Amino acid sequence: MAEQHGLTGYRRENGTVGIRNHTVILPVDDLSNAAAEAVAQVVPGTLALPHAYGRLQFGEDLELFFRTLIGTGRNPNVGSVVVIGIEPNWTNRIVEGIAKTGKPVEGLAIEGVGDLRTIERASRIAQRFLQADSERARERVERGEIMMSIKCGESDTTSGLGSCPTTAEAVDRWVDAGGTVLFGETSELTGGEHLIADRCVNDEVRGRFQGIYDDYLAMIERTGANLLGSQPTQGNIAGGLSTIEEKAMGNVAKTGSKPVVGALGPAEEPESGPGLYFMDSSSAAAECITLMAAGGAAIHLFPTGQGNVIGNPIEPVIKLTANPSTAANMGEHMDYDCSGLLRREITLPQAGDGLMDVIDRTVNGRLTCAESLGHREFVLTRLYQSA
Amino acid sequence: MNQPPGFLAHYEGDSVAVAVGDVAAGPAQCGYLRGPDAVDLEVLQDIPLGHKVALVDIKKGEDVREYGARTAVASADIRKGEYVHVHNVRSARWQNSTA
Repeated sequence: MAEQHGLTGYRRENGTVGIRNHTVILPVDDLSNAAAEAVAQVVPGTLALPHAYGRLQFGEDLELFFRTLIGTGRNPNVGSVVVIGIEPNWTNRIVEGIAKTGKPVEGLAIEGVGDLRTIERASRIAQRFLQADSERARERVERGEIMMSIKCGESDTTSGLGSCPTTAEAVDRWVDAGGTVLFGETSELTGGEHLIADRCVNDEVRGRFQGIYDDYLAMIERTGANLLGSQPTQGNIAGGLSTIEEKAMGNVAKTGSKPVVGALGPAEEPESGPGLYFMDSSSAAAECITLMAAGGAAIHLFPTGQGNVIGNPIEPVIKLTANPSTAANMGEHMDYDCSGLLRREITLPQAGDGLMDVIDRTVNGRLTCAESLGHREFVLTRLYQSA
Repeated sequence: MNQPPGFLAHYEGDSVAVAVGDVAAGPAQCGYLRGPDAVDLEVLQDIPLGHKVALVDIKKGEDVREYGARTAVASADIRKGEYVHVHNVRSARWQNSTA
């Protein structure tokens, strides 16, 4: 085991534990971005989360929209929320969803009031929330209380050999400590989805996972694309990957060895106890992490090969690589270098120890590379076009 | 551990390992991420970085194991030390997969 740090975090009103303490200004829709960003300027220290959508969405796509915004506000890294929308109905729905956590949240609608008066009112609330959040103290927390998420990107052959197995070490230890871990990337499982199905804890979870996966395949087929016939790509083959299942194993390798205890829709919160959960999600980094943060994840592990620069506004993203060139040339983005694994200078458990040390320090307040460089990618997943 | 091995495998029982650098035909070592110490291996062909070598003889039709799981089926007889790629393995799951 890694040397035990005393972990500290913010225990929220509903018992969930965060590792950051953001006062969030949350626009409901694209029209409200300007006011939300203005409030964050009037009250520095608050965090505006502008995004591109929120108008004329309907059906399942609209439900996902609400789940994502409400989940973002509910995330335990968020202390309080000011919600600003163009009209009161959708604004109130988001306020009510967040308020169930017990955390402070208030909503304002711009219609009939205008930006300037809304900005003034919202800024007065934001100032009060920010000051109250500043008095929330870190307290001693257990590893198992902190929800983790994982997703890899810009993968290469060093991912499957180094950064993904190192991530798996941390995932297994997290689950052993009674924690919850989310993984996803439905598309990237193709070729290895049977291995995830085999690890599902019972037939109910397996059926739900298989249903999500089959729906995804059917969606791809409706577009006329032949996903299976084009995998692995010529580039993959040139890099040494021979089959689609070998490619998928590089992705599956980071999920560790624990049973899959649940299969979640996008942005759904795990509700059936601790353990390893699959979440239906895009493999695009910003979308995937935004959905996982909305599901409640407080810290993210991101193994990369060629080097990704991703961050998230509310969920710290720890990036690790086993590619020595990436570690050398993109060092400002890499929180942990495990390239010693490929040179056999360190063992896998030692790489896991090193990663756990970075995780523990990040839990306790160390800024990630992405946080220090201002990477705040917040991207909503759309299921289909607006009305 | 002082001499970096030419190949890395994941688990004991894997039938292939991945080159961690360009490896020339001849004697080489294969280390394991999990499990046993490095083993010696006579490599029969040059193998580029990221590509695979057979750690055991694999008969046509037999499973190819990597990551402790089946990742391919041999489409030809493969000798220990031979280069393993799309010319001698194929997907076990999809007939229409390129490989």
